[in-house]
Amino acid sequence: MYDYSIETQALQFRFGTQQVVDNVSLQVPKGSIYGFLGPNGAGKTTTIKLLLNLLRTREKNIYLFGQELNAKRVGILSRVGSLVEQPAIYGHLSGRENLTNRAMLLGVPKKNVQQLLKLVDLEQAAEKKASNYSLGMKQRLGIALALLADPELLILDEPTNGLDPNGIIEVRELLQDLAQNQGKTIFVSSHLLAEVEKMATHVGIINKGKLLFQGSIHELHALNASLVRIGVDRLAEAGEFLTQEGFLISASDGFLNVPFNSQEEMGRVNTLLVNHGFTVFSLQHQRKDLENLFLDITKN
Amino acid sequence: MHSFLVSLRSEFYKSRKTLAFWGAILLPVAIISLITFGFYAKSGKFTQSEGIVIWGQYVDGVLGVMGVLLMPMFVIFVAYSVNNIEHRADMWKSIFSLPLNRWGIYAGKFGFAVLLIALCLFLFAALLLAGGNILGVMKPDELKFHQYNFAAEAFLLHTKLFLSGMGILAIQFLLSLIWTDFIKPMGIGFLSTVAGIIAANVNWEYDYLIPYAHPLLALQSMKPSESGTVDVNVFSQEVVVGLIVAAVAFVLGYIIVARRSVK
Repeated sequence: MYDYSIETQALQFRFGTQQVVDNVSLQVPKGSIYGFLGPNGAGKTTTIKLLLNLLRTREKNIYLFGQELNAKRVGILSRVGSLVEQPAIYGHLSGRENLTNRAMLLGVPKKNVQQLLKLVDLEQAAEKKASNYSLGMKQRLGIALALLADPELLILDEPTNGLDPNGIIEVRELLQDLAQNQGKTIFVSSHLLAEVEKMATHVGIINKGKLLFQGSIHELHALNASLVRIGVDRLAEAGEFLTQEGFLISASDGFLNVPFNSQEEMGRVNTLLVNHGFTVFSLQHQRKDLENLFLDITKN
Repeated sequence: MHSFLVSLRSEFYKSRKTLAFWGAILLPVAIISLITFGFYAKSGKFTQSEGIVIWGQYVDGVLGVMGVLLMPMFVIFVAYSVNNIEHRADMWKSIFSLPLNRWGIYAGKFGFAVLLIALCLFLFAALLLAGGNILGVMKPDELKFHQYNFAAEAFLLHTKLFLSGMGILAIQFLLSLIWTDFIKPMGIGFLSTVAGIIAANVNWEYDYLIPYAHPLLALQSMKPSESGTVDVNVFSQEVVVGLIVAAVAFVLGYIIVARRSVK
C-alpha cells in the first residue's frame, strides 16, 4: 500500500542552463485534492510534464502509487488521467468522435463516452466539430478526455483556464465530487489562490522552481492566522520563557510571533514578559489575508 | 503489439475525414477515370493494338502520370499529413501520456502511412484492370483488352511501385515528425524528387542510391521486352536499397520518438 499518490524526491529539471524545477519533493496524499499553486512561469507545467513522463529525468525520483515512474510507465499511466496546458483536441472531429478515439486507445467501452458527454454537459454539442467549440467547451472536453478511463489520479493543469464563473464553479464541484464520492486523487495546478482555497484539501506552493510551502489547507490557514508580533530584548530567552508558559512561539525578522486569541491574552503576554525582566519594545496585532500570504511566500 | 494495433485503429478512425485518406482513394479514381475516358473517346487510335500491347499503352498512360511526380508527392503528403494531425492539435503530449508504449504509437502511425499508400496503389491496380476490361466490353472491336489477362502484371507492377516508395516514405516520415511546419518537409521532399528524376533521366550510375529516384527507376525497369511481355523483377536493386533506407530511417524515427521530451 502507499500513502501518497504522487511522491517526488528532490526533483530537478533544467532547460539548458535554466533550472526550472529545483529540489521539489511533492507528497500528494491519496484521496486528496492537491492544489499546486504558483505564479505563471513558476515551474508548475514542467513539474506536471515530469509527473507524466513527458519530460524525462534519469534519476529515479518520481513515484506514483508507490511505483517508480520510469520503470512502470505504462502501468502507472493506465491509472492516471491528465490535462496539460490547453486541451489537445482534434479540431476536425466532433466532441463525441474525440472521446470515441480516445476510448479506442484506452480500451474503454464506448458507453463511457455518452456518460462523460453528459457529465461535462456537452451532450447538445456532441456532434459539433471541436474546432467550433468555445474555449470553455474545449476545456470541458479536455476534462472528459482525462476522466474517460475512470482514473484513480487526475492531473490537471489549470483546468479552469478560459472558463466563465459558472464554468469554474461547475469544474470545482465536479472535482470535489470526484474526490469525495469516488475516492479519486486530484492534482490540480493553478495560479489563483482563491480558486485552490475553495476546493483543495492540500496545497503546494511553487515559485522559481522551488517548493516554498506544502501542507494541508488547514496548515496554510494556520500560517494565515492573526499573530501578535512582539519586539523584545533577549529574543531567544524570551521565546523559551513563553514556550514554558504554554505559548506556541515562532520567531521571524527579530520578532517573536504568538498566535492571537484575545486582547486580554495579548496583555497577559506583555505582563509576563515585563514581570520577568524582559524589555518589550512593541506589541503588534497582525492579520494577513491569504492573498498576501501567497504573495509573501512567492515574492522572494 | 497491443499499442501498435490500437494506434493503427485510431489512425484510421481519426484520419477518415482527412485529405490524406480520401486522396488515397480519389487519386486512383480520378486518374484512371481520365485515362479510361481518353481511351474511350479516342478508341479509333488503338484498333491496331492487340493483347498486351494495348494494356501497355493503357498502363503507360496511368503510370506515366503517377510514377514520375504524383507518386513521390503523394507519399510525401501522406507522411506529412499523418504527423501533422498530431502537430496541429498539439496532441503529442496527450498521446505520450497515455498508457501505450511509444514504440506502438510510432509503429502504428508509420504502419498507417504504409497502408494508405498500399491502398492507393492497390486501387490503381484494381481500377486499371476494371477500366481496361470495361473498355474491352464497351468497344470490343476497337479496344482489344479482352485478348490478354493483365491481372498478374498489374499487381506486380504496383507492388513494385509501392515498395519503391518506401524509402521516400520513411525519410519524409522522419522529417515530418521532427518539423511541425509544412514548408520544410514538403520543400525538401519536392526538391529531392526533382533531383531524383533528373538523376534517373540522365542515367547517373549511382541513381539507385537516391530514394526519391526509386519510383521512376522502378518504372523504367519495367518496360515491355521485345517478346511482348513485361518482365517485373520486384526486388530489383533500387527496391532493395529503398527498403534498407526505409528500415534505417524507421529505426532512427523511433529513437527520436523514444527519447523525445514534450516541451
